[in-house]
Amino acid sequence: MQDVKAILEEIKASPYEEVAILAPHAGKVQFKVAGEGTKVYAPSGTWREKPGTLLATLERERNPRPITCTRKGEVQSVNTQLDGTFVEAGTPLMVLRHFFTKEEVTQAILKKVLFLFPAPERAKYLFAPEVDKKVKVSGCQSIKVKDGMDLFIVSRMKREKPLAYNGPEGILYAVYFSYDQNVDAGQPLVSVCPENQMDMIRDVVNRVQSDWEERE
Amino acid sequence: MDIEKSTQELADRLQYIQDIFGSRQPGDVGLLAEKLAEFRAREQAEAMPQKVKLLAQLQDLFDFVEKKLDAELVPMDKVRIVRHPQRITLKDILEFVYDNYTEIGGQDEYSIDPSMVIARAYVTRRIGDKVHNQPVMVIGQEKGHGQEFRNGGSVKPWGNAKALQYMKVAETENIPIHTYVFTPGAFPVEDYPGAAQQIARNLYEMSALRVPVIACFSEGGSGGAEAIALADTRLMLSHGYYSVISPEGAAAIESGIRQGQRAPVSMIEECAERLKITAADNLRMGYIDRVVHEPPLGARPYHYDFFKRLRQEMIMATDEAFLGVKGLGLIRGMALKRRKQDTVADPESMFVRWVLDEGAADRLVWKRYSKFRNMAKDAMRDKTPASRRLADSLQQVSWSTYSYLRYEFLRTYGEKLKTLVEETRAEAGVVLEKVLRPFKSGSARKVDTQTIQKLTELSCAEEGICLTADWDEGYVSPKAREDKAVTCPNSSTHGCLDLWAPDLFGDFAGVCQYCGHHFPMEYQWFLHNVLDKDSTVEFGQDVEAGNPLDYPGFDQKIEEAKSKNKIKSSCLTYEASIDGIKIVIGVLVAPFRGGTVGAAEGEKFIRALSRARKKHYPFLAYVHGTAGIRIQEGTNGVIQMPRATMAVRRYIEAGGLYTVLYDTNSYAGPVASFLGCSPYQFSVRSANIGFAGPGVIKETTGIDIAPDYHKAYNALARGHIQGIWDRREIRNNLVQAFQTIGGRNLYYR
Repeated sequence: MQDVKAILEEIKASPYEEVAILAPHAGKVQFKVAGEGTKVYAPSGTWREKPGTLLATLERERNPRPITCTRKGEVQSVNTQLDGTFVEAGTPLMVLRHFFTKEEVTQAILKKVLFLFPAPERAKYLFAPEVDKKVKVSGCQSIKVKDGMDLFIVSRMKREKPLAYNGPEGILYAVYFSYDQNVDAGQPLVSVCPENQMDMIRDVVNRVQSDWEERE
Repeated sequence: MDIEKSTQELADRLQYIQDIFGSRQPGDVGLLAEKLAEFRAREQAEAMPQKVKLLAQLQDLFDFVEKKLDAELVPMDKVRIVRHPQRITLKDILEFVYDNYTEIGGQDEYSIDPSMVIARAYVTRRIGDKVHNQPVMVIGQEKGHGQEFRNGGSVKPWGNAKALQYMKVAETENIPIHTYVFTPGAFPVEDYPGAAQQIARNLYEMSALRVPVIACFSEGGSGGAEAIALADTRLMLSHGYYSVISPEGAAAIESGIRQGQRAPVSMIEECAERLKITAADNLRMGYIDRVVHEPPLGARPYHYDFFKRLRQEMIMATDEAFLGVKGLGLIRGMALKRRKQDTVADPESMFVRWVLDEGAADRLVWKRYSKFRNMAKDAMRDKTPASRRLADSLQQVSWSTYSYLRYEFLRTYGEKLKTLVEETRAEAGVVLEKVLRPFKSGSARKVDTQTIQKLTELSCAEEGICLTADWDEGYVSPKAREDKAVTCPNSSTHGCLDLWAPDLFGDFAGVCQYCGHHFPMEYQWFLHNVLDKDSTVEFGQDVEAGNPLDYPGFDQKIEEAKSKNKIKSSCLTYEASIDGIKIVIGVLVAPFRGGTVGAAEGEKFIRALSRARKKHYPFLAYVHGTAGIRIQEGTNGVIQMPRATMAVRRYIEAGGLYTVLYDTNSYAGPVASFLGCSPYQFSVRSANIGFAGPGVIKETTGIDIAPDYHKAYNALARGHIQGIWDRREIRNNLVQAFQTIGGRNLYYR
């Protein structure tokens, strides 16, 4: 098991991710952002129907195609020497800095620390009846799981079969499925945390929620 | 006397006056406020008789000033009057106009749609010693004082469906219908049955209701109003308005502001003036029959005299509707006419039985049709030369005669003869079969392998490109002449490669080869590449869109549209053929002012339907795009909804096959009437279909709708349209549709 606090410190040391924008295809590039430090926005709207900030256009066959921003952040560097020139697909055009949000930091930590139990096939999943009762009454974190325990019911095409948990012993930290929706194969169903780490993880998550400063 | 209560009433009246005049406060309002404050200050010190005297003086002053201010009302003030919480509502009318009533299917918010109220009511007349209780079905929007669940009278589709259901009940029970229009417009949700679809259904059914309908307008907002207002007699309250769009909506369009912003107040007032929305305007233009005068500054629930007047007007209008189509009642008819001219009439002293027999009901429906057919005649320009008009009418007579001989006379006797021949042949067949059986050889006729292959294997789509038309001669989109690449909007999700414009807009008919996305195409593409080559003959081209309301600046805009598009209105009508099937087509052209429908477009559509009826051709409405009713024509545009729908009904009832095909974007009035009432509506994949666009929905309801809300697939899922076609397959699908739906005669029942 990894040291949670160390992970957090590591993220704090560099609280952003660098996103390289590459030319999706060949064409003449024209940059549309000012330069270093410019704020850029991700797609918005209820359905993310409004495109993000226009970063550049790439013209091929007299057809200028926009390159829009997919993540919020700020421009770190722009390869201005390429402006107005013909570039090949995959040429790095600019680098954006995306600052982590509280949610992203939490998820990053949990992903590293917890054990994720994946769905073996695309189907709807339910908890086994006894477990389900407990989850409904006192939440998922009241459930202790161990290898070989009958935890789920796989429901597919009107057939139901039990599915046993296999993985390290621990407490159910979070549930990622709902009874009425299909889960794709490989997607996590639940995350499991060793019992002795529970308190520390809760502590770290709470600290991230209260202390993490989001950068606009 | 309760001084406190009376003072409070005066304060309410003052507040009402202040609300009505908004920011534009005349000096008299200040005077009233001053006098009221003065009375309140003095009141405590005075003795009771003196208080009563002062109060009476004050009330007289209020009456006087209200009367004076009434003359100063501008159209926007009237809009504020009908929207005021103190305005009379349908429930007040039910209470004070009718002798007794039972509300049907609604108890406040517990109703399928509380904004539509239905009631069975009684009108009691005492003639001598005899008492007559006459039932009516009362239908109308209820704005409800501050009752949020009524949506301020904006009826949802299921509310209009409820109204229609009870109209049909009234028809079954053979009782008249009184409708009261109190709506700012319909609620724009597309959920089944769909705002546009339901209004279209209402119009279609109302156009042939076999009982009289009397409508009374207070607030008549476009489609929402039309849903219950297609009536034999249309009354309007003197302080009401009847309009194609709210002044705010018109101002927003005129000033070109973006979503979320507000139009300037002066612009809104100006639009209210320009749209000619008042009762006097509508009476002058002939869209209502009579104005019911209200007390100064509009009727409020305590104006009992007004309710009496309204009751008399409604009874008189109903009497008139019955007497107008009944055989008997000449003297009473004359008496009614005389009474109508009197300022105070008493129609209750006379008895008219509110029942129609079959013949009278037929006459009623015909009279209703004729009434609407004759509306809006002067709202468009018809530049057809006199000689051609004469030739046209002669031609129409000849079509009618031919049609009678061919389809009525010959068919009746021809059918009989055909049945006889078929029966005889079948009988003979059985006998022959028995006689010849011993001589017949056992082996069936051999079919060669090539034919079997043709019949059983799938055709290879990749071998040929979409259309069989010869491209050198067909219409080529100007977009196909550009040497450039085009990116499909789905390329990020579907991985479509860039397409070369001459390929895309030429050979591929504007359809992405990778995902099937449809790019918009010009209406000429349809005319030249779907219909048979050189088969189109245009008619009615001299009917021109005009500016009936003298809307400032609109003359120039319409002239621009005419010269830019080289057509005279947004509706083009043709006689054409498709794979040899002769049809009549009405095309709504999107580039001409958004494909909006005004008086000229409505008239052309109706004439085209009439031509199709006389010539026994199927009718195809090809909607290249329509943004709705042309707002600059005001009620002249709105009235096209019932007018054209009635023409459609007449055509369908005469046996015609009416099909609608939507391309690009089709919204509002036309979809909610003459297009939406078609039983066979198809769409090209590129179409967006609905009642109101996303911006309007956001503006009026505050609901954010999904980007694909109006897409053809959703319209199909909601039951609005009956099928979605690929643009490359339009021709084949149309032929298929005509042949299967039209039956053996190809086009006519």
